Amino acid sequence: MTDRTVKMIVGLEVHVQLKTRTKLFCGCQTSFGDEPNSHCCPVCLGLPGVLPVMNREAYRLSVMAALALHCTVAPHTKWDRKHYYYPDLPKNYQISQYDLPLGSDGYLEIETEAGRKKIRILRAHLEEDAGKLLHAEHGDYSEVDLNRTGTPLLEIVSQPDLATVEEVRAYCMSLRQIVTYLGVSEANMQMGHMRFEPNINLHITENGEKHATPIVELKNLNSFRAVERGVAYEERRQLAEWDETHSRMKAGTKTTRGFNDSTGETFVQREKEEANDYRYFPEPDLVVVEPKPEWIDELQRGLPELPLEKKNRFVTAYGLSEYDAGVLTATIEMARYFERVAELSAAPKPAANWVTQGLTREINTRGLSIESAADFPVTAERLAELVKAVEQGTISKTIGDTVLSEMIDGKNSAAEIIAAKGLAQVSDTAALERMVDEALAANPGPVADYRAGKKQALGRLMGAIMKASGGKANPKVVSGILEQKLHQ
Amino acid sequence: MADLLELTATEMTAALERRETTSRDLVAASLARMASLDGQVHAFLSTRSEAARKEAEAIDRRRLAGEKLGPLAGLPVAIKDNLCTSDGLPTTCASRMLEKFHAPYDANVVEKIRAADGVIVGKTNLDEFAMGSSTENSAFGPTHNPWNLDLVPGGSSGGSAAAVAARMAPLALGSDTGGSIRLPASLCGVVGLKPTYGRVSRYGLVAFASSLDQIGPFGRTVADVALMLQVIAGWDGRDSTSVNRPAPDYAAAVRSASAQGLRIGLPREFFAAGLDAEVERLVREAIAVYEKAGAKLVEVSLPHFAYAVETYYIVATAECSSNLARYDGVHYGHRTAEPSDLIEMMSRSRAEGFGPEVKRRIMLGTYVLSSGYYDAYYLKALKVRQLIKGDLDRAFAQVDCLMGPTSPTAAWPLGAKTADPLAMYLSDIYTVSANLATIPAVSVPCGFTAAGLPVGLQIMGDVFTEDRLLAAAAIIERERQDWQRRPGMLAGDGKAVQT
Amino acid sequence: MGLQRQEVEKVAKLSRITLAPGEAEQLADQLSRVLDYIGKLNELKTDDVAPLSHALAVANVFRDDEPRESLPVETVLANAPSRTAAGFKVPRVLEGDED
Repeated sequence: MTDRTVKMIVGLEVHVQLKTRTKLFCGCQTSFGDEPNSHCCPVCLGLPGVLPVMNREAYRLSVMAALALHCTVAPHTKWDRKHYYYPDLPKNYQISQYDLPLGSDGYLEIETEAGRKKIRILRAHLEEDAGKLLHAEHGDYSEVDLNRTGTPLLEIVSQPDLATVEEVRAYCMSLRQIVTYLGVSEANMQMGHMRFEPNINLHITENGEKHATPIVELKNLNSFRAVERGVAYEERRQLAEWDETHSRMKAGTKTTRGFNDSTGETFVQREKEEANDYRYFPEPDLVVVEPKPEWIDELQRGLPELPLEKKNRFVTAYGLSEYDAGVLTATIEMARYFERVAELSAAPKPAANWVTQGLTREINTRGLSIESAADFPVTAERLAELVKAVEQGTISKTIGDTVLSEMIDGKNSAAEIIAAKGLAQVSDTAALERMVDEALAANPGPVADYRAGKKQALGRLMGAIMKASGGKANPKVVSGILEQKLHQ
Repeated sequence: MADLLELTATEMTAALERRETTSRDLVAASLARMASLDGQVHAFLSTRSEAARKEAEAIDRRRLAGEKLGPLAGLPVAIKDNLCTSDGLPTTCASRMLEKFHAPYDANVVEKIRAADGVIVGKTNLDEFAMGSSTENSAFGPTHNPWNLDLVPGGSSGGSAAAVAARMAPLALGSDTGGSIRLPASLCGVVGLKPTYGRVSRYGLVAFASSLDQIGPFGRTVADVALMLQVIAGWDGRDSTSVNRPAPDYAAAVRSASAQGLRIGLPREFFAAGLDAEVERLVREAIAVYEKAGAKLVEVSLPHFAYAVETYYIVATAECSSNLARYDGVHYGHRTAEPSDLIEMMSRSRAEGFGPEVKRRIMLGTYVLSSGYYDAYYLKALKVRQLIKGDLDRAFAQVDCLMGPTSPTAAWPLGAKTADPLAMYLSDIYTVSANLATIPAVSVPCGFTAAGLPVGLQIMGDVFTEDRLLAAAAIIERERQDWQRRPGMLAGDGKAVQT
Repeated sequence: MGLQRQEVEKVAKLSRITLAPGEAEQLADQLSRVLDYIGKLNELKTDDVAPLSHALAVANVFRDDEPRESLPVETVLANAPSRTAAGFKVPRVLEGDED
């Protein structure tokens, strides 16, 4: 048995579709699932004679993302043509950025069970998407749909700083969280708004000697699960391959593999006889971009609080647990919702509990989500009213759960439900004294036990009183009266 | 009135305004001239007779109704067939590849001609995708020089130049990547202007080399070219490289032309080996006219001139290889029959659709951009391009314009250079620098050789000095009146179109 | 510097142009002559020269993110050499066909 250690090295290229109304170089709307070739114009069709004009918003969103990833925003940037022949790329070149990306040298801080870690970002650049090929089930042909052609993509390339599947997962999720916080992307995974291409190899130390396995790039993974499974599979496969062949990485080379979602395995993609030669050169139809420093500063100042910062603040300012703060900052909508409830109820911690527990439970069973605010019935204002009612003792926590459930199903506010159903707690001392007296009379056993020193008998008496009141008796007031009467 | 088509565009406009003629008659005369002579000249690849007639009649009606009309109202205009038109005529670029291609949109200049009430009568022949200097690279047969049908008209906008020279249309548009307007203007005895890069929108011009291409006008006189430039100049939001800068009044500049105090630079390198003696004599005589009229002549040097053609062919072919990648038979254009797979479909479609010169340039361009050669060729060329621009910048710090020959020779026989690409490339020796440096340049007739062939004087200026260039060109035109001389082939034809 | 037949074939492949029999030799000859000619640039020292990669000294040209009407599908497909009801038709594309 040899003495060996194996370390996985992963770098990620992530394509994020930007949230613009129109394509990168023309006024066609960005779309998903529409009739094929219904969002095309001479420009995105690559017809003879057309010219691209850069979408200002796409550039702005890209710079925002670059800033949030702590990148340096290039004071001088340009676009380049990357050449390859493919039927979904009408010009047979992609307008991308080669040697002067708009952002470079940043980092993204991820959090795993092992703690926090900074993953360095090599570069972020803006480029156009290709169209789609549909393969006919019958017949020896494919169809080209150019609706997606020219959709703006931000490509974010990390350094090979990721060492575990868990880190890869955390990186992908964190990136998604950031771009949605910024509003630069909808990051809808089902619509392919994020696509991942991990570069993976292993560093194996055997008997003091270091070896690197050949780098594999996994193409076009479009879910977190696929990335995790693909990377995990490659980790195993490369180790097995090493044991079998001892083949090593050759500098500057990598093989491309696909990932089969149904088998969970990766497979070699057909290698072309000619090597890639993209023949990059500066795009002569576009001019350079030289953002003013003041403009970059303004964007920087306007950046929203990012997920980790927000999480930290929730812990320190509201005294929430790390776990709750994490849940409440998972999405910007969730965080905004919680903060509004906290502010309106003036009770952040209970607000956090209501959001993470009662509310989450209720909406999960109904398949609702805070993110789709339009048809979400419990506004922050309404939940805050409920939190306040419980905190002020108008209703009990238990009644609160009932009210919440009714709020989700109906149209009424907490106050309306409480009033209509007479759910308000009874805090009227005279009425409660009567209830206590009745309970004491009806339960001589526990009374005797208590007076004999068995303090837990109080619980049984409280239970009896609450039951008799239909849960409406204010427990604090009841317990005061009860103790007073028992000591008489 | 005698032959309507002997009128210049400016004169036609005056005649129309005086109601001495109608647009209907002008367009009919133009179409008749095309019908009678284009069999020999082959200036046009397609013509619009019915549509043009209808447009002309509509403009006449609007004129009668007292409506305000555009500056080209009722004038026949020919446009090079690498400008996109959506009106039913194909946009072929003289290539088998696009033989049946119908653009669903109009080029910016086409919109502007229509908005100015010009009447497009047809689309003119060119070297395939504007790659060539003689119009012999057209997949649909060469254009012949109206001054001598055995000779080339120059290229690549040979069809437009020949159409104006043969009075088939008073105005035409061409495109100039390395001399493709000026060279045919010189060889056909008309005025041709390549504007400053960015002066005219390239939207709808089928790209050959994006950083060099520019659309420009042809006319028989400088005033006509000024009229056309005024219409097409200006910013366009669809072309990021068009410049948002107001165009001066070009016609006014031409009217007030004066050589007094004009500082003319004479690049030493323009009058060296390779320049035909007769051309040199005519150009020098023209320059003497300026001196006599009060201009100051200054000898200047362009030290990197000797590298201009080399630089041009690297930059132009690199961009061409990229711009022409889109012609693969997938979305439009020629597709080969029964391909076995996708790669074969693309490769055979391109092999069949492109002519030999286009293929040579695509391959040369692919080579100079490919891994391992980029720095040695393409990057090197971009650096020399900077040096060439620097030479011209320094010259314009000293002088108002540069003068010299447009072409080293007058028109040459068809076929004389087709077997030797390098010899053909050298026809552009005096013209490519302006494209590399993005500056404007005009070719204006400056006399005829003993064989009766026209020779052009090239005037180059600093960026956005088209007004000064046209004013300078007007001086030799006024002196020589070459625009009145008619190609011999028109001798018998005038009668046919008299009204 | 001469260009070999194999290099011409490689460039032809990169350019997606099928060569006819004998064409590679002919092109090797023609292109070699052109390369010799343009190779003259190497006489020049250009170490300190910035490449002129954009013709215009203009920066920051953008358009607003405003939708404009797209073409009708029939117009989009009008020039297609081969089509289906809604798309451009091409010989079957295999995974990894891109280069």
